Amino acid sequence: MPTKFDVIRARATEREAIGGNAAEPHAISFPAKVQVERFSFYYGDVRVLHEITLSFPRNQVTALIGPSGCGKTTLLRAINRMNDLIPDTRAEGRILLDGENIYDPQVDVVRLRRRVGMVFQRSNPFPKTIFENVAYGLRVNGLVRNRRELEERVEESLRQAALWEEVKDRLHESALTLSGGQQQRLCIARALAVRPEVLLLDEPASALDPIATEKIEALIGELKRYYTIIIVTHNMQQAARVSDYTAFLWMGRLVEFNQTEKLFTVPREKLTEDYLTGRFG
Amino acid sequence: MSAVPGTRTTSLRVSRRELFWERLREQVPIGLLALASVLIVAMLGVILGNIVWNGAGQISLEFLTTAPRGGMTEGGIFPAIFGTVALVILMTIAAVPIGVATAIYLREFTPGSNLGYAWAHLRAARHWQERLAGFARVLEVLLARATRAAVNNLAGVPSIVFGLFGLGFFVRFVGGGIDRLVYGGELVYGQPAIIWAALTLALLTLPVVIVSTDEALRAVPRELREASLALGATRWQTIWRVVLPEALPGVLTGAILAVSRGAGEVAPVLFTGAAYFLPYLPSRLNDQFMELGYHVFILSTQSPDVEKTKPLLYGTVLVLLGLTFALNAVAVLIRARVRRRLRARS
Repeated sequence: MPTKFDVIRARATEREAIGGNAAEPHAISFPAKVQVERFSFYYGDVRVLHEITLSFPRNQVTALIGPSGCGKTTLLRAINRMNDLIPDTRAEGRILLDGENIYDPQVDVVRLRRRVGMVFQRSNPFPKTIFENVAYGLRVNGLVRNRRELEERVEESLRQAALWEEVKDRLHESALTLSGGQQQRLCIARALAVRPEVLLLDEPASALDPIATEKIEALIGELKRYYTIIIVTHNMQQAARVSDYTAFLWMGRLVEFNQTEKLFTVPREKLTEDYLTGRFG
Repeated sequence: MSAVPGTRTTSLRVSRRELFWERLREQVPIGLLALASVLIVAMLGVILGNIVWNGAGQISLEFLTTAPRGGMTEGGIFPAIFGTVALVILMTIAAVPIGVATAIYLREFTPGSNLGYAWAHLRAARHWQERLAGFARVLEVLLARATRAAVNNLAGVPSIVFGLFGLGFFVRFVGGGIDRLVYGGELVYGQPAIIWAALTLALLTLPVVIVSTDEALRAVPRELREASLALGATRWQTIWRVVLPEALPGVLTGAILAVSRGAGEVAPVLFTGAAYFLPYLPSRLNDQFMELGYHVFILSTQSPDVEKTKPLLYGTVLVLLGLTFALNAVAVLIRARVRRRLRARS
């Protein structure tokens, strides 16, 4: 009996044979900011991503969904090469940022990460003041010339992250005195301060209460005007609410990629439908 | 009520007799374990009690601030206190930077220590650049492993061996070498001196510094490192601005523990610089010095009048103990503060 695996593989080969994209038979056209091309990733000898091919549209929100362990976070972290920090890992294939392969041996990861910012699942402010948290990226990258400029950029970032009004009178208190939701918005402000082009969000609201989550989601909608946003979430309602496009991953493979509306209402793959209707995962 | 067929339900109640024996079987081993613990506390109590009882009366301003007189049977121990402190300061200057540097290298720059993968990388390499990188990686893994093994084994070497090594390496080889090359054979550094004793002691305490720094670095959450790197910071900036400030209390604890360990050692300084008696305080790196631990040894074995030196001996031991205990207490306090801070964060 063919397993789900074989079915996907068969379909993929079929499509590749006719020159189409494995996950995109009716090619959706948009200006792509990030293109993933036959990208595979290994932890030691275990392959956790299998030749993923996928494009992330510019100034849109793309959600990566799928059950735990499907590789969505690994894929996200591959886009700013955060996985490089994990020992004994290996990548194959290409990921292009504006057409440049970020895995090219000549690429400077520090420059890459300045252009591709990231917000993590658990808010991780530095044990410094609120101001210093936001100023950190500006300082290490030498992005400001003087104190006034620094203060302006910090304020601008905190405003963008919809946190300014709540913290403007306590900028020099420890960031750890903030609530969980505020800490996460501070982490967003910190990432925005260096003005990245792409913003990677790894389940940014998974540890937050509904009100804080709502704030973060509203913020994401605002931010896509300036940034290309890629968000990992295991909350399907959240993906439906915040994203324009959604990619569904399963066991390290891309099963389906489409406009969020279409993927959620008329999934092409049986697997997607099963996942969305809660039959597994 | 249902049960697996064939099982009988047994009553929960047992007779008083059975209960008594049951309790006894349970309690006797626990009692033995407790006894062992009591023994430790009692022994420490006896040792400390004896020293404090006999030594406390000896402690006076004069005892702490004057030199020994009358062939070690009178006077104070100031030169020994001074020598110990000077020794320990020199040792810290030598041991802490090297220890911290080693720990940073081990923890921050050699994350993958799997030789198999490094080897596989090298074998899979096709271009010469890849081969070079693979080769470097294998070397790095080997170096990291060798260093860890060295650190672990260094900690297990008896301190007298360090003393002999210090005599052979620092005093004879390094010191003697300096004399031959710089002073034309004149005896300046090629003799036991405080600098050689301090370096020998530094070697002995290095594992303490490395291990505690390593632990402090490991306790810095990975999330903080990632946050910094994701903002476009380099690895150095991340270590310097985020990791080290977080690890600083742990590093300090390690340094203090090293000092308290080093302050109590006699064997490593025996051949490398400690003097039986010195009429002056050490003021240059190649001076000899008096040391508290060594002074205790001398008072108890080399005294011309054992009965007369006994109170001095008790007093000296009390000062030595007080010094190391105080250092340990400071280390414990710092550690407690760090723990509290870590708890407050999570």
